[in-house]
Amino acid sequence: MLGRTANGLFWMFRYIERAENTARLIDAGLRMSLTSLHDREEEWASVLRSSGVFAAFSDNYPEVTSANAVNFLLRDKANPSSVLSAIESARNNGRMVRTALTREAWEATNECYLEMKDLLSRKTAEAELPGIIDKIKQYTGLIRGAFHGTMLRTDRYNFSRIGTFIERADNTARILDVKYYLLLPAASYVGSSLDNVQWETILRSVSAHRAYGWVYEGNYKPANIADFLILNGRMPRSLAYCYDKISANLSYLEREYGKRHPVQDTAAATLGMLREHEIQAIMDRGLHEFLQDFISQNSRVAAEIANAYRFYQD
Amino acid sequence: MPFDEMLSNEAEPRPPYQRYFDWYSEQKNSDLIKKSRDAENIFRKTGITFAVYGKEDSAERLIPFDIVPRIISGSEWRRLAQGIEQRVVALNAFLDDIYHKQEIVKAGRVPRQLIENNAAFLPEMIGFRPPGGVYTHIIGTDIVRTGENQFYVLEDNARTPSGVSYMLENRETMMQMFPELFHLNKVRPVENYPKLLRQSLAAVAPPGCNGKPRIAVLTPGIFNSAFYEHAYLADQMGVELVEGSDLRVINGKVAMRTTQGFEAIDVLYRRVDDDYLDPMTFRPDSNLGVPGIMDVYRAGNITIANAPGTGIADDKAIYSYMPEIIEFYTGRKPILENVPTYRCSEPDTLQYVLDNLRELVVKEVHGSGGYGMLVGPAASKRECAEFALKLKARPANYIAQPTLSLSTVPILVKKGIAPRHVDLRPFVLVSDKIQIIPGGLTRVAIKQGSLVVNSSQGGGTKDTWVLED
Repeated sequence: MLGRTANGLFWMFRYIERAENTARLIDAGLRMSLTSLHDREEEWASVLRSSGVFAAFSDNYPEVTSANAVNFLLRDKANPSSVLSAIESARNNGRMVRTALTREAWEATNECYLEMKDLLSRKTAEAELPGIIDKIKQYTGLIRGAFHGTMLRTDRYNFSRIGTFIERADNTARILDVKYYLLLPAASYVGSSLDNVQWETILRSVSAHRAYGWVYEGNYKPANIADFLILNGRMPRSLAYCYDKISANLSYLEREYGKRHPVQDTAAATLGMLREHEIQAIMDRGLHEFLQDFISQNSRVAAEIANAYRFYQD
Repeated sequence: MPFDEMLSNEAEPRPPYQRYFDWYSEQKNSDLIKKSRDAENIFRKTGITFAVYGKEDSAERLIPFDIVPRIISGSEWRRLAQGIEQRVVALNAFLDDIYHKQEIVKAGRVPRQLIENNAAFLPEMIGFRPPGGVYTHIIGTDIVRTGENQFYVLEDNARTPSGVSYMLENRETMMQMFPELFHLNKVRPVENYPKLLRQSLAAVAPPGCNGKPRIAVLTPGIFNSAFYEHAYLADQMGVELVEGSDLRVINGKVAMRTTQGFEAIDVLYRRVDDDYLDPMTFRPDSNLGVPGIMDVYRAGNITIANAPGTGIADDKAIYSYMPEIIEFYTGRKPILENVPTYRCSEPDTLQYVLDNLRELVVKEVHGSGGYGMLVGPAASKRECAEFALKLKARPANYIAQPTLSLSTVPILVKKGIAPRHVDLRPFVLVSDKIQIIPGGLTRVAIKQGSLVVNSSQGGGTKDTWVLED
């Protein structure tokens, strides 16, 4: 397989993941802004930070309002992480690597793009938002389904999966990092309704507010929330789960190609670190520092993959 | 009245269309309109699009597809195929001669300055013979019809003809939507084209290539108007689709960058123009090509299809000499006629063209895709006057032809069917043998009365059937 094709698959699936994540963040922000408990603007600002686009937003809009934030996150071309931009980038990468995709996977991607382009061609009224977010989830779900149902489990599959999980790990880590102060012991006067709403938002941003209840039986506790999103190997958006998948896919590549690269070691070390840690130890040492370290480690893995498998011309 | 290929009068179909017409007469128009929309949806979903240059907003468009097939009888096809084969043989012989002894020039049949001052003539090819002696491997001969037995070759497209993916997808779509029609008619298959193309390319691998030749398709990238076709063909052949940035010259071979290192390529089906192929030999600003590929080529370590420099054979200025060229190399009269062509470079001819602009079609010698041409009868006075100025400024840049009364084939419209002008581009593969795919791409002017069939100018396509008879 061409290095550029591996790169295209990797980014195609990063962008699909990013589109979904941005949609989820909008969903959570919307939910927050419906509760009259606190400052809506502040909440949207924090959503923009979680998406890593606050600075770009400020360059383009005079003030943070619900409508501005939603527009920027959903359909603004000036925002490379907006749902529409991400889907367009996914589809462009998909076109570039068309020969590496099954007809089903390509058509689902193309269909998603055509529908979204149409749906998001004009500003969205608040009342339409829930419907649109559902559509985004539905169409990206169709891509995933077509991909899993039809792609051969070869190196093509591995690079696609690695892209998905690198993006997802980055996303979960960023959401936690923006909200980490809520999870600090000093701030946790457990039981206040404001905190409950805030914690629920974190969980909603990763579609995990129901699952949390099943796993931890009961009230929101900062340490449990952090544990769930960082270390719980059964939670499909946790850092540990993502690295389990990244490592597994890198091992397949190692076996198929008969060659080990530095990236296999870096990923294995990251996974080991996530497996061995107790959540309390992480919180004692500093959650923010931990997350910052993780985010740069994750970028390093991505760069080492690009290097090992010749994504770019040197 | 232009010649209609389906109907000899309003209710009387010509023989090849008989079965189709009987079937059609029993269909409800509203059902056909619905089918037509289904077809469009299939194309939209698959992403069969092309880009129109210079139109930012609607960068990707669908080519309109018409569901009424264009049908050619077996005997009509046999004559066409013989004529095409004769031309293709002549084209390759001409190229070999032009880059070696230039006997046709010495014999005074083609003027020297037409070759040597031509941008499509590549001095780099002089004295070099490509593997298998084949210069133009893939050809799309544009043919128009004006009557029962009148066929003309309009262009030879010997560089990088496009459109074959539409031929294939059109057939695929028709078979999906109207399987019954393929029971009623014995239509010769076209769907093995990718397989034949692969075999044909493999057959001209460089002599030093041992084992199975490694083939790749070179595309300028996703923003090229024919990118869909490049990806489609690579996918159907099961070979890599590469861009210039994937390739590099290593140890005297052209190699592609894979996830496991560099792998050598033996045959490159390039869809990049000569100018952009090698920044070290041609345009230095090109980033679509491969630096040094021409050296590898001349050392005999890669086959480039089509060969660089084949443009000299399908140049519009050379076109008018095709009858002489065919006779010179095959020793026979052309089976298929050329359209009479006025060379504006000749002063008397130029005056004639200027005086008769409203009856003529004027084309740029190096243009393609219907850009920069004037269709006299359809143009306004002002357009003609403006074009006359361009013509006077650079006469050698233009040729003119009479406006042919192109044949029509009906398309589906709201109230039934209505005749529209068509042309035909059959595809030919050349290796150790010549293979002509029975059928090709029929392009159709969707606008009533229009003679311009180019997709960049709003033309559409039809499935083309050659009957077994």
